[in-house]
Amino acid sequence: MNSEALISVKDLRVTFTQGNTAIEAVKGISFDIPNGKTLAIVGESGSGKSVSALSILKLLPYPKATHPSGEILFSGQDLLQLNEKSMRSIRGDKISMIFQEPMTSFNPLHTIEKQVSETLLLHKGLSGKKARERVIELLTLVGIPDPETRLSAYPHELSGGQKQRVMIAMALANEPELLVADEPTTALDVTVQKQVLELLKSLQAKMGMAILLITHDLNIVKQYADEVVVMHHGKVIEQQATEALFKSPKASYTQTLIDADPEGSPAPVASDAQTLLETKDLNIWFPVKKNFFGKTTSYFKAANNISISVKQGETLGIVGESGSGKTTLGLSLVKLLKSHGDIVFKQQKVHTYNQQQFRPLRRQIQIVFQDPYGSLSPRMSIQQIIEEGLIIHEEGNHKERKNVEERELKVIQALKDVDLDPETRHRYPHEFSGGQRQRIAIARALVLQPELIILDEPTSALDRTVQSQVVDLLRNIQQKYKISYLFISHDLAVVKALSHRVLVMKQGEIIEYGDCEQIFDSPEKEYTRSLIDASFYYAAN
Amino acid sequence: MNPINQRRLENFKSNRRGYWSLWFFSFLFIFTLFAEFISNDKPLLIYYDNSVYLPIINTYTETDFEGDFETEADYRDSYIQELINKKGWMLWPMIRYSYKTINYDLPVPAPAPPSLENWLGTDDQGRDVVARLIYGFRISILFALTLTFFSTLVGVVVGAIQGFYGGKIDLVGQRIIEIWSGLPVLYLLIILSSFVQPSFWWLLGIMLLFSWMGLVDVVRAEFLRARNFEYVRAARALGLNNQGIMFKHMLPNAMVATLTFMPFILTGAIGGLTSLDFLGFGMPLGSPSLGELIAQGKANLHAPWLGISAFVVLSLMLTLLVFIGEAVRDAFDPKKA
Repeated sequence: MNSEALISVKDLRVTFTQGNTAIEAVKGISFDIPNGKTLAIVGESGSGKSVSALSILKLLPYPKATHPSGEILFSGQDLLQLNEKSMRSIRGDKISMIFQEPMTSFNPLHTIEKQVSETLLLHKGLSGKKARERVIELLTLVGIPDPETRLSAYPHELSGGQKQRVMIAMALANEPELLVADEPTTALDVTVQKQVLELLKSLQAKMGMAILLITHDLNIVKQYADEVVVMHHGKVIEQQATEALFKSPKASYTQTLIDADPEGSPAPVASDAQTLLETKDLNIWFPVKKNFFGKTTSYFKAANNISISVKQGETLGIVGESGSGKTTLGLSLVKLLKSHGDIVFKQQKVHTYNQQQFRPLRRQIQIVFQDPYGSLSPRMSIQQIIEEGLIIHEEGNHKERKNVEERELKVIQALKDVDLDPETRHRYPHEFSGGQRQRIAIARALVLQPELIILDEPTSALDRTVQSQVVDLLRNIQQKYKISYLFISHDLAVVKALSHRVLVMKQGEIIEYGDCEQIFDSPEKEYTRSLIDASFYYAAN
Repeated sequence: MNPINQRRLENFKSNRRGYWSLWFFSFLFIFTLFAEFISNDKPLLIYYDNSVYLPIINTYTETDFEGDFETEADYRDSYIQELINKKGWMLWPMIRYSYKTINYDLPVPAPAPPSLENWLGTDDQGRDVVARLIYGFRISILFALTLTFFSTLVGVVVGAIQGFYGGKIDLVGQRIIEIWSGLPVLYLLIILSSFVQPSFWWLLGIMLLFSWMGLVDVVRAEFLRARNFEYVRAARALGLNNQGIMFKHMLPNAMVATLTFMPFILTGAIGGLTSLDFLGFGMPLGSPSLGELIAQGKANLHAPWLGISAFVVLSLMLTLLVFIGEAVRDAFDPKKA
């Protein structure tokens, strides 16, 4: 083994015991990280990459989790043998960690200063003025503008990217020798993602620490890692120096990860296609403040003057970073949110309808949500989930034998359409993977034979390889049934592969609206260009 | 059964204490449900003059057994016993006393201490304590179960409406509940029971007026939470109406909280009934009740078997219910594997 290695993991295994069943999450991985270098562990969800990282800091839920074998040597000590007290002196001091979710990794009741200086107090005994100086220094280091004034800010006053920067500042406070970054950018917008990764790289150059980078996106590690470990189902598939790995991947699985970006373009729309949905000057405002008499005095404008149209069989991509109002727009089109302005669906003035009048139309406008884990009721079988819409819109007694059989056939057809085995229809959602669940959610929309499906980030919670499968599936369904899509996403690669036309939104305003190819090839606005650059930055290299 | 419920059942069983408590409690409950056949002052079966009589189900007069009066036969009377035994036989239940049977043959003034005839002695009116405990246990449980059922029903409906619609409905509802729960319950019950002659159903109604509020907050919170679930939103997008969403998608969520809460409402109801009986504002005079027995124990400190037996039965019942409640809570705990 490498004698200069800062940390050396040998044949590490992790087993979770639950009642009588034991699940082996990590099946023997070994790697070394030399001083000042970056090692990336790449894998899809469930591959055991985060578990491996957490076991370095011994943050797994012991005694539920056990290590049947393995050792983690960190400057000569086997971390697995250390007791909790000695571990505490290492955590946050010699080895620090950045978590995936910057929104929930902070205590909302404490100021930034307090949270950053806590680790200084614990390990260095710094407090008072000295600690404050160090916090300001750290915040400057991670590029927080105007750090003196931000000291008293609470986490909710910072943006997602800023929070992740503060997280990094906290992790770096004691100049650790090893920084474990567990999906540091997954929850961030594309433009911010690049900034954060660049920041980590420059800090590494400055401070000379080693980084263990955990991610599901192989393409982003290309720029940052010296060595890559590809994991799949708890096993190491491939372990190589980064350059060699991208040039000549040994395992076919690695190749699929590299090629995971969705490709292709949608089939052209028929020239005589009718306009299906049209909005004119749609405003979605949420009241923020009310005066003494209960009259609203100020609004949060989630979407402002939105005029769009979708033709039959066409896909309109709606693109924007978080907070741009794209989801809000989607929800208001199916009247799940209140809006002002005209919405015309098949010559019907939908905006004048109340919920009851709109109900029959819901059959024709369906929506697929972002989170495939949250959008399926855990207490219903797949059959029940998919047939629910049919029951609602069915005439007559839905318990009648004939209707039950007819529904079953429709459910089977819908499952076939989304490439799922119809025999699985009596199972429950928790038995399915994220990608399969999203297929089920699409089947639920599809079974009603809608004319328009609003897809609200249907791929963002999925692994990269699964994403492109879902994109292919959506494209095939569109061709087969001539359904129109309203495709909402922050991921431009997916949008490009699926959309005929694109709407770029920022803070509730339309930035650009037009033909997909045209926007991607020659964006008119600076904002669009920066979005495109950030999205394709890693894939292009 | 779907896998989630299977896991819950496993969890419930793995709490041995709660699991055995449930069996023991069920046994006691079913046993006391047939109190008339266990402890009664009428025989289970009479074989008289080549025909069969069932005195517990039918009423027979003395003249049926060639006695003198047209009134119901008193089978404890040695004269009647003699008449019947002459031409047949009688099968008696385990305990030959009903809850209201007075033992006139006591060797000492009532309350009589435990003896072979009265296993736990008699109360100060000469009634058998074991018989009264069996009937008292049954009435307490039945009362508590009925009260729990209705207060859960009302609580869930009110909580569901508040949580689902939110806004003004929720605001008004919450304030009404706050005011309503500020009323001194026990005094109101005492005042009300001086207006009406309290019976089982009257007491149930009066206690229901106040006991439904416990669940409202829990269910309301669950509904407020579930309102923003994506699958609830998805159901709305499918075109499901409000009632459908509440019933099919949100109620199952609230059921976990409700079921976890129910055993504790049950114990609360038993406690409530017992304290009213103890104060003398509960069940009508003469009905078997644990609270009344405790009151007798307090009035007759020289007869400790009264207070002790009532205490043992009451604490056993409440302890079993709390153990069951704990096991139910464990079973529904998603964090518990």
